[in-house]
Amino acid sequence: MEDTYTFLQIVARSWGAMFMFAVFIGVIVFTLRPGSRKVHRDIANIPFRHDDRPAAADDATQAPTQPFKEARQ
Amino acid sequence: MLDYVKLLILGLVAVCAAIAANYARDAAYLVHALLIMSAAAITFFYVLRRTGEPQVPAPATEYMDGPVRAAAIATAFWGVVGFLAGTFIAFQLAFPVLNFQWADGYLNFGRLRPLHTSAVIFAFGGNALLAASFYIVQRTSAARMWGGGLAWFVFWGYQLFILMAATGYLLGSTQGQEYAEPEWLTDLWLTIVWVAFLALYVGTLLKRKEPHIYVANWFLLSFIVTVAMLHVVNNLQIPVSIFGSRSVTVMSGVQNAMTQWWYGHNAVGFFLTAGFLGMMYYFIPKQAERPVYSYKLSIIHFWALIFLYIWAGPHHLHYTALPDWASTLGMVFSIVLWMPSWGGMINGLMTLSGAWDKLRTDPVLRMMVTSVAFYGMSTFEGPMMSIRAVNSLSHYTDWTIGHVHSGALGWNGMITFGMLYYLFPKLWSKQRLYSLRAVSWHYWLATIGIVLYAASMWVTGIMEGLMWREVDAQGFLVNSFADTVAAKFPMYVVRGLGGVLYLTGALIMAWNLYMTVRKGVVRRDAPIATPAE
Repeated sequence: MEDTYTFLQIVARSWGAMFMFAVFIGVIVFTLRPGSRKVHRDIANIPFRHDDRPAAADDATQAPTQPFKEARQ
Repeated sequence: MLDYVKLLILGLVAVCAAIAANYARDAAYLVHALLIMSAAAITFFYVLRRTGEPQVPAPATEYMDGPVRAAAIATAFWGVVGFLAGTFIAFQLAFPVLNFQWADGYLNFGRLRPLHTSAVIFAFGGNALLAASFYIVQRTSAARMWGGGLAWFVFWGYQLFILMAATGYLLGSTQGQEYAEPEWLTDLWLTIVWVAFLALYVGTLLKRKEPHIYVANWFLLSFIVTVAMLHVVNNLQIPVSIFGSRSVTVMSGVQNAMTQWWYGHNAVGFFLTAGFLGMMYYFIPKQAERPVYSYKLSIIHFWALIFLYIWAGPHHLHYTALPDWASTLGMVFSIVLWMPSWGGMINGLMTLSGAWDKLRTDPVLRMMVTSVAFYGMSTFEGPMMSIRAVNSLSHYTDWTIGHVHSGALGWNGMITFGMLYYLFPKLWSKQRLYSLRAVSWHYWLATIGIVLYAASMWVTGIMEGLMWREVDAQGFLVNSFADTVAAKFPMYVVRGLGGVLYLTGALIMAWNLYMTVRKGVVRRDAPIATPAE
């Protein structure tokens, strides 16, 4: 029992913490990657499509892709 | 065939619950067994009447809005019940005579307090989250809800959980862990319902027609997953008897305390924050009719919240048996949380940039924006209170209660009201709300109510903290506990009045929503019939 605790806490405070931190930084870098703006602008407009009924099997969009311009250009 | 399996299971559950009721060792268990028996019996007859009937396939060209409507109604109902209970216990503290002699052991403060907290958090907030999850996941996935009638099981199962929890509190069945009071039987039932909820949510996401998952779904999914984990770990209890409601906790002492506040703070973080942020990221853009200010910021907001919140729990245990390093860790992570919280708040507020004029004409949007402002305010106050030096003054005082309520009434309450005002005309195909003036009345009553509540609790909390630590020249404590209680009386009355205003606002809302459904103008462009495809 004692050994499990020691082992876990050593892993958690060294490689575990490093791993978490690296993943976190990775997420931020990936979010800010060049060329992501177009994708994000499209995702941000999801709430303005398909308000009344689900998408039909064949067509992906009912409304224009970008009915509203994003405030921040 | 499936109907026969269902009937078999329901029949067995009803009979077993009846047997359990017969052997019940305490009143709470007896009531719970009878509740389960009745629920199983009612569902049995409901299924029985439909067995063998021709099956109507669910229309894939429509969203499944029945459970959303039910959850929205339940939100308004439980909101009024929870606020009423809260206002009553606020006056019980000001006027102890309201702890009636004839109802001692059932309606005294100690029994009603968990009833109030669970009614507002789990019944009002939980149903709001059910409605939001069901609504948002379908709209942003452009797909009908997965799982057929599973959403109805989740909705009714959750109401049964609420009834079991509420009756348990009044009859004294509690495991004594704050916000996790229900005993093992109720806990097990919630676990089943929650797994169904998770399956439903993930199932709908998997059949989405949009290539990406909108950020509101990330928040809502993290809420469902994390609450499942917290609930299971903090409720590791061994029942004393399968015919009694008592149980014994697996962890004890400081481990139990740490687990409890790991649970408690993440219940705040993932139930009352992440889940409601999901609401914010969907309903504010919808009401303002513009997309979220920065989608990149919303992603960073999400991941920062996920990575940080889980560590903040130990700040509830400063100056206890918990090791110093652990409570320092909790304190540091709480302070770092300032960043994502304020990032999210700015993102919500700036969504209105270029549309600020709408605040003048749209009281619903005003409500949502105020809720985000309260989110910013309480996420500033919280980290500050987690600092050890501040905590030595604020802990165990009414400042904590004031902080919780500025978050709960301001952030959770206001965003939920905004959501309900948005949802009711939508779900019942109405052109608009019955009365916008009533929304304005609700807005101002609620806002002034919160101000009275928070301000009186700041005053009484800091006063109380200072009185407790006051020592005379010889080093003796100057005040007894009863002195602080007497000094707090005026602030307790103001707090109760704040509650009355907030409750009045909620009653106006309930009336307004009812009238919207009954008398509202039918939406002009409402789809009368879906074309065959």
